[in-house]
Amino acid sequence: MSGSGLPSFDPRDPLGIDDLLSDEDLAVRDTVRRWAADRVLPHVADWYERGELPGIRELARELGSIGALGMSLTGYGCAGASAVQYGLACLELEAADSGIRSLVSVQGSLAMYAIHRFGSEEQKNAWLPRMASGEVIGCFGLTEPDHGSDPAGMTTYAKRDGGDWVINGRKMWITNGSVAGVAVVWARTDEGIRGFVVPADAPGFSAPEIKHKWSLRASVTSELVLDDVRLPADAVLPEGTGLRGPLSCLSHARYGIVWGAMGAARASFEAALEYATTREQFGRPIGGFQLTQAKLADMAVELHKGILLAHHLGRRMDAGRLRPEQVSFGKLNNVREAIEICRTARTILGANGISLEYPVMRHATNLESVLTYEGTVEMHQLVLGKALTGLDAFR
Amino acid sequence: MSLRIVVCVKYVPDATGDRHFAEDLTTDRDAVDGLLSELDEYAVEQALQIADAADDAEITVLTVGPEDAKDALRKALSMGADKGVHVEDDDLHGTDVVGTSLVLAKAVEHVGYDLVLCGMASTDGTMGVLPAILAERLGVPQVTLLSEVAVADGTVTGRRDGDAASEQLQAQLPAVVSVTDQSGEARYPSFKGIMAAKKKPVESLDLSDLGIDADEVGLGGAWTKVEDAAKRPERTAGTIVKDEGEGGKQLAEFLVSQKFI
Ligand SMILES: Cc1cc2nc3c(=O)[nH]c(=O)nc-3n(C[C@H](O)[C@H](O)[C@H](O)COP(=O)(O)OP(=O)(O)OC[C@H]3O[C@@H](n4cnc5c(N)ncnc54)[C@H](O)[C@@H]3O)c2cc1C
Ligand SMILES: Cc1cc2nc3c(=O)[nH]c(=O)nc-3n(C[C@H](O)[C@H](O)[C@H](O)COP(=O)(O)OP(=O)(O)OC[C@H]3O[C@@H](n4cnc5c(N)ncnc54)[C@H](O)[C@@H]3O)c2cc1C
Repeated sequence: MSGSGLPSFDPRDPLGIDDLLSDEDLAVRDTVRRWAADRVLPHVADWYERGELPGIRELARELGSIGALGMSLTGYGCAGASAVQYGLACLELEAADSGIRSLVSVQGSLAMYAIHRFGSEEQKNAWLPRMASGEVIGCFGLTEPDHGSDPAGMTTYAKRDGGDWVINGRKMWITNGSVAGVAVVWARTDEGIRGFVVPADAPGFSAPEIKHKWSLRASVTSELVLDDVRLPADAVLPEGTGLRGPLSCLSHARYGIVWGAMGAARASFEAALEYATTREQFGRPIGGFQLTQAKLADMAVELHKGILLAHHLGRRMDAGRLRPEQVSFGKLNNVREAIEICRTARTILGANGISLEYPVMRHATNLESVLTYEGTVEMHQLVLGKALTGLDAFR
Repeated sequence: MSLRIVVCVKYVPDATGDRHFAEDLTTDRDAVDGLLSELDEYAVEQALQIADAADDAEITVLTVGPEDAKDALRKALSMGADKGVHVEDDDLHGTDVVGTSLVLAKAVEHVGYDLVLCGMASTDGTMGVLPAILAERLGVPQVTLLSEVAVADGTVTGRRDGDAASEQLQAQLPAVVSVTDQSGEARYPSFKGIMAAKKKPVESLDLSDLGIDADEVGLGGAWTKVEDAAKRPERTAGTIVKDEGEGGKQLAEFLVSQKFI
């Protein structure tokens, strides 16, 4: 407490946003923060450099045991956490690395969410408990080599053959693909777009890993190849026909990214702040120069505005009042600002800024993917533009 | 019958915070945030493993400490303990290890126990003797500083690793056991555990509930008294030894002067 009786200024939480959190919220955050500090931070630079995630199955099981997989879903072994708690977890995970957060987003918000929301009771019982525990990793195949922002044009096709389905097609840029035990695959059918639960051991299914990525290097990204994959009638998700199905999953995952991006930004900001107060040039700490302070102040402003925005959206989601346009608003702003914060942080670190010894460049390059997946910046601008004007500019 | 385990957990000031003494030379517990002593997490973990291995067990976590010490109980409950007991009383201010052990002994008896588990030392006081005094007060065997522990058929067994040898120990229950930081990593509180902890019962007790006289505890009842406390001197620049033929000798002299050899 300062003399005025006001709470003291906390550089880590300058707006006092933590006051919005309950004891349980703080405990959830603490668990994830500690797990990431113990299990990810000591190794992630090495994983990144090697471009692999060697212990991914073990990591998934550990994330399952703390309850981080499908955490905001209820039943079937899921934790039933609030949207705010899910957001806090995403932020802490992405403060370690966007790749780890992607693993959790895709598992919980895309693959599990799709089965939870659109699956039959049998599908839920068959997959969700094992996915919540991390025993089975899931992936979500929507994007195709020739259809990204416009998934309505997808060519992957599922044909009815007697009681069975036969699927042919390619999916591209699929997170977790090569390590997945189950893939939720979206395909065109004679009744419109439908979702399918495809076990990875189905004959005709394969998932070669995509190499040569310069972003999200501590994350598995794959191509899904479906050559005459024959599935029984009950492999189709009974609910959620049309693009509405995958789009509602994406909206949920995107919500997590609104928080997650601020984690990457926070880690970079903290690295820059620490560096600015210890690195000396011209006889004093570089944080003492006005130009550096302007950068730090602007970074802090955007960082905490973004976190506040994430909270606001989280509360709306918990109240069942969050619209997809609002998620677009959050994703557009927070990822764009996060990458700007990382780039500014990089300048403060000078040459060290380009080194993997510091987290900043890793976060900045990761965010290049985050900027693109789950709807590119331009797509979210178009969504907001349409909502504001009533004029559809992209179809 | 169910195996009754009581884990003594201490709420300590966060060691990463800026810790101070208050004017009466007791630890200033308001100035920095507190948390469950990390070394006690190992005791909670072993309790959970022993309970898992038993057919039927109940884990009570017990703390003596200020209002905020409830946070330490919550943490232990979210890791998986079943219920909490919090002893809090204004007269406890300044209690030393003799007084704390008395309060813990009465509280443990109040709860009922087969096994009392403690950490190897608190991360603030770090005396490490509390478990021994507690066992003495309870009149039960003490098996301290175990890095491996198991319970079967009314007996606790474990391994204590010393510098020269490892000892296998065993004792009849009821007993007091303390475990080291080598006993196995403590689990992270799971989200389900965190939600469930909200609904777990925490009993609050004061000195009169335990039949303890205020004179026996607090600063007045303490057997030890802090006379003076001074800030550790700032680190000074190291001594550089230049080897001009005498380097080895100078090093040895330095080590002798610092009482290392
Ligand atoms: C690391 C990584 C992981 C991924 N994981 C998954 C996954 O798990 N599952 C999955 O299904 N997909 C995944 N994706 C794919 C991602 O969702 C797509 O890359 C994204 O939707 C963009 O599609 P595209 O790459 O084909 O780009 P395109 O759609 O070809 O876009 C190229 C550019 O054109 C712009 N553009 C397109 N249309 C318009 C328009 N109408 N007006 C203005 N500009 C426009 C875009 O904004 C973009 O800037 C992942 C991608 C990456 C990089
Ligand atoms: C209300 C209160 C006020 C106090 N005020 C002061 C003060 O002002 N200044 C000060 O310096 N000290 C104060 N103490 C601390 C007290 O002196 C120590 O708790 C006691 O001496 C034990 O010593 P230790 O922490 O070194 O225990 P150790 O012997 O190092 O601890 C070993 C184990 O004993 C158990 N244990 C120890 N303490 C507790 C506890 N409180 N509750 C539950 N389990 C425990 C834990 O399992 C721990 O791992 C206060 C304690 C209480 C309860």
